[in-house]
Amino acid sequence: MFKALSDFFDSYGNMLISSIFIHLKFVFISVAIGFIIAFILGILLSRVPKLSVILIPILSIFQTIPGLVFIGVLFLYLGIKDITVIIALAIYAIFPILKNTYVGLISVDKKIIEAAQGCGMNPFQVLWKIEIPLAMPSIISGLRMSTIYTVSWAVLAAMIGLGGLGEFVYRGIETNNTTLILGGAIPSAIIAILLGYLIDKVQYHFTPRGLRKEP
Amino acid sequence: MIEFKNVKKAYQDNVVIEDLSFTINDGEFVCIIGPSGCGKTTTLKMINRLHKVNGGEILIDGTNINDIDVNELRKSIGYVIQHIGLFPNMNVKQNISVVPTLLKWSKDKIDLRIKELMKMINMPFDEFAYKYPNELSGGQQQRVGVLRALAANPNIILMDEPFGALDPITRDVLQDELRNIHDQLKKTIIFVTHDMDEAVKMADRILFLDGGKILQYATPEEMLKNPGTPLIREFLGKISYDYNASDLTCEDVMRKRVYTVYNKERTLKCTSIMKQRDVASLVVVDHNNRYLGIIRIEDIKSEGVPGETIEKLIRKEDITVLINSNARDAFSELEKDNKEYLVVLKRDRQVAGIITRSSMAKALASLIWGENDV
Repeated sequence: MFKALSDFFDSYGNMLISSIFIHLKFVFISVAIGFIIAFILGILLSRVPKLSVILIPILSIFQTIPGLVFIGVLFLYLGIKDITVIIALAIYAIFPILKNTYVGLISVDKKIIEAAQGCGMNPFQVLWKIEIPLAMPSIISGLRMSTIYTVSWAVLAAMIGLGGLGEFVYRGIETNNTTLILGGAIPSAIIAILLGYLIDKVQYHFTPRGLRKEP
Repeated sequence: MIEFKNVKKAYQDNVVIEDLSFTINDGEFVCIIGPSGCGKTTTLKMINRLHKVNGGEILIDGTNINDIDVNELRKSIGYVIQHIGLFPNMNVKQNISVVPTLLKWSKDKIDLRIKELMKMINMPFDEFAYKYPNELSGGQQQRVGVLRALAANPNIILMDEPFGALDPITRDVLQDELRNIHDQLKKTIIFVTHDMDEAVKMADRILFLDGGKILQYATPEEMLKNPGTPLIREFLGKISYDYNASDLTCEDVMRKRVYTVYNKERTLKCTSIMKQRDVASLVVVDHNNRYLGIIRIEDIKSEGVPGETIEKLIRKEDITVLINSNARDAFSELEKDNKEYLVVLKRDRQVAGIITRSSMAKALASLIWGENDV
């Protein structure tokens, strides 16, 4: 067991480290882009709930298109570039954050919003001082979901030869080498868990003390 | 001064308020009351334009509220809503300072104001300023809600059933505090409630609405004496009774059981009666049960000679009241020197009873809640 492990690191150690960095790069960039778009879109949609009842189900259809197909199609138009993977991953990252932002914002108690208006806050102040802070736990849990999904979807980057931990998985499948498959799968699982943990910390930090569940 | 002039309000085709006109004077405490759906909350929320007026106009100090910027208007009017009105993401200090912050007061001025306000309701700044709403009791939260409304020192405060969700004891305490605040600061307060007890207790004038129309707009006393309609009478319920508190006589509020002692009694007998009854003084009467004065334990202790009668020790200077005199006068007499009790006499100076604080409270309670409950 130990021998297999040390053999693996001997042969693939450097490649593993660089793959992890490439993987993380794809995840961070696409989640960041996805977050910004989703956050803004979520706020806009929450201003027009009537429209959103139609729009959100339509957006969710995109979510059901297999990532493989999507990257494939984008590849035809954009070629083998990082941007292809980043666009694809960002689009997938959008939906969970968008939905949670929207739901978080519209489920803020109407009486609290009325109290804020009654204090003389303009719509922007109500949004910024009251609605977003109150929706923050929901928004961050959307971010968490997106991040964890993106870690696993980023494996697809290797499909068009852009590296990352998917490289191990594809090579392993091609050469029928289980060690290689696990060598890609296990680190990406660990990354997903670590990032999830990190975001939990961020969520705690961003949740106003008055809203935290624990005593 | 707030004036409603032929105000109309409709939600789509559903007319809630047809033609409402009334005036609220500066510094007045007005309660708006009525059955649910009578338009009381709508009336309140039209004042700070949370609800739009569909016809007629509302004037504040002569200016139509539609001519004032809506957020400026709201910043100049305090607003308190039912229990959950505090912003859960802000601590006590941040909640109270919302409006001053919007008005761009300096940090020092805000800090000073908050400390001043929190002192007023006995919530020490150091203890409470950094607590969040979920760390406060219901009563404390609502106090903070009231302070938030007062923070920027508005002349008008709107309150929408602010104490509705509180337990009766806390509600009672907060009502007293609010009344105190009103007496001190002389703000115009418009207070929506569905609780007639609350309205009678708090209001200078009560505006009774039904179906968007004014049934009666009068002082609580006037409303109790002459309820305008059967519905108002029903709302007043047990409070209205046949007479009201100002008609009570001493007989109504006195306790009939009195510990009396005969003026020829000896000191030792007196002290043993006092001990037995656990009282510090006794009413002294003559053979015909006529009032002579009061004998106190401390006088027996300091000047009493064992075996002698109490006659020399009787105090005669205490004020007595006649059985048919007004209870209110008796009460203020009782209050004056913080007396323990007042002796009530019949016309022929026979002892009829005594008035104590608790006998007074019982009588008033039975007036409000009915005889049988007490």
